[in-house]
Amino acid sequence: MKPAPFEYRRPGTLAEAVEALAGEPNAKVLAGGQSLVPLLSMRLAAPALLVDINEIPGLDTIEIEDGGVRVGALARHAAVLASDDVRRVQPLVPMALSHVAHATIRNRGTTVGSLVHADAAAEMPVVLTLLGGSLEVEGPAGRRTIPAAELFVGPLESSVGHDEVAVSAYFPGLAPGAGVAFEEIARRHGDYALVGAAALVEGESVRVGYLSVSDVPSVVDLTGVADADLGEAALAQLEPMDDIHATAAYRAQLVRVLTGRVVRSARDFAEGAR
Amino acid sequence: MSEELHDVRLTVNGTTHDVRVPARRLLSDALRHDLGLTGTHVGCEHGVCGACTILVDGAPMRSCLMFAVSAAGHEITTVEGLTNPDGSLGPVQQAFAECHGLQCGFCTPGFLTTITAGLRDNPCPTHEEARDMIAGNLCRCTGYQNIVKAVERAAEIAASGEETAS
Ligand SMILES: Cc1cc2nc3c(=O)[nH]c(=O)nc-3n(C[C@H](O)[C@H](O)[C@H](O)COP(=O)(O)OP(=O)(O)OC[C@H]3O[C@@H](n4cnc5c(N)ncnc54)[C@H](O)[C@@H]3O)c2cc1C
Ligand code: FES
Ligand code: FES
Repeated sequence: MKPAPFEYRRPGTLAEAVEALAGEPNAKVLAGGQSLVPLLSMRLAAPALLVDINEIPGLDTIEIEDGGVRVGALARHAAVLASDDVRRVQPLVPMALSHVAHATIRNRGTTVGSLVHADAAAEMPVVLTLLGGSLEVEGPAGRRTIPAAELFVGPLESSVGHDEVAVSAYFPGLAPGAGVAFEEIARRHGDYALVGAAALVEGESVRVGYLSVSDVPSVVDLTGVADADLGEAALAQLEPMDDIHATAAYRAQLVRVLTGRVVRSARDFAEGAR
Repeated sequence: MSEELHDVRLTVNGTTHDVRVPARRLLSDALRHDLGLTGTHVGCEHGVCGACTILVDGAPMRSCLMFAVSAAGHEITTVEGLTNPDGSLGPVQQAFAECHGLQCGFCTPGFLTTITAGLRDNPCPTHEEARDMIAGNLCRCTGYQNIVKAVERAAEIAASGEETAS
């Protein structure tokens, strides 16, 4: 349970980090390490080079921009969760973050890192997808913005290039009168969810995003569906997967239960805000 | 191929140590093997059990999920750094002894560091907050009832200590 040898660089600027990645095709960025280090220790990954971005100044920002929230690559989950600005502008972000691991993991793990890592059981990829956010990355060809809809391409696979550093993520803010909610079922508090659901209710529109249901975050449109039919309507658009954590049938049951619950609390949120 | 070694200056419990380690040396291993600070325990080595929890610039983190090379320039506190300056047990340690908060002691260093930081941020936790404070640490033998009691007792000891000190 020890990582295989690798070369290590700790650049002081973003440009140096991009340059280091360009020189080695089998390189990986090291952010919080809360997903990467276990993979290295279990030897599920053995990159030739780690580019540690933790000492690059200016990447730990959390800023309000165009009515949404921009979270820098070194903003730890804990800092994002504690931010009053984030809570005010997009309350779904802290609602979901409180389910991400335990406080000690959140002290080191980054929100941007969890987006790049693209775990189907992770909360933040679903939140970014449901809200229509994006990721900003920098590579040898300069900066580009990847919309959430094009970011998550498979299990643990995002469309961030191996020579690119993610610089920040943008979560659009909550429109006036809209409501959000987050629900998940995990075996133990802080564990990865067996199924999780995030809802966004804006006027007539009702959309729900799911984690741990399939390989990538899935969002379904439930606008106009009667309350009693929400769960079945969601299932008609989803294909729950089977794995060692839960059977497909059990996941389907969790979708039925959580969908109604999360839509109801998003509606209550919207009512309360009015 | 011989592995590249890095000269790293670690600041642990206020003392600086110079070590020469490969980049893949986990911080938990550097503390235990290179510095001989075996108070930090290693259980799962993938972030789940919490036995290896240390404080990095005051915040609890898993030392098994950090590399020693990444710790340069940061203040590290291990369980060895939690005693009072005169060597007597710190408030959290004292509370664990009083409340039977440990049995085999394997998990204890991680609880002590986590609770020390937790009470610094929230000196009078409610019962729920005390439970939440330790939710990320596993204990396989004492059980959590006495550990939660120890959190509450440590808060009392720290509060009375502050009163006598002022
Ligand atoms: C015990 C435990 C429980 C956990 N529970 C949960 C949970 O319930 N929900 C959840 O969502 N997560 C959970 N996590 C994972 C945690 O959220 C991680 O912090 C997160 O997934 C990755 O962020 P990181 O900064 O640690 O990234 P790292 O581990 O450093 O990196 C992860 C991957 O992303 C890449 N990467 C990271 N940042 C960048 C960047 N800026 N640019 C380019 N590539 C980058 C790395 O190269 C690597 O491939 C848990 C972790 C542990 C150890
Ligand atoms: S040894 Fe680090 S969390 Fe278990
Ligand atoms: S005291 Fe034995 S594991 Fe906690």
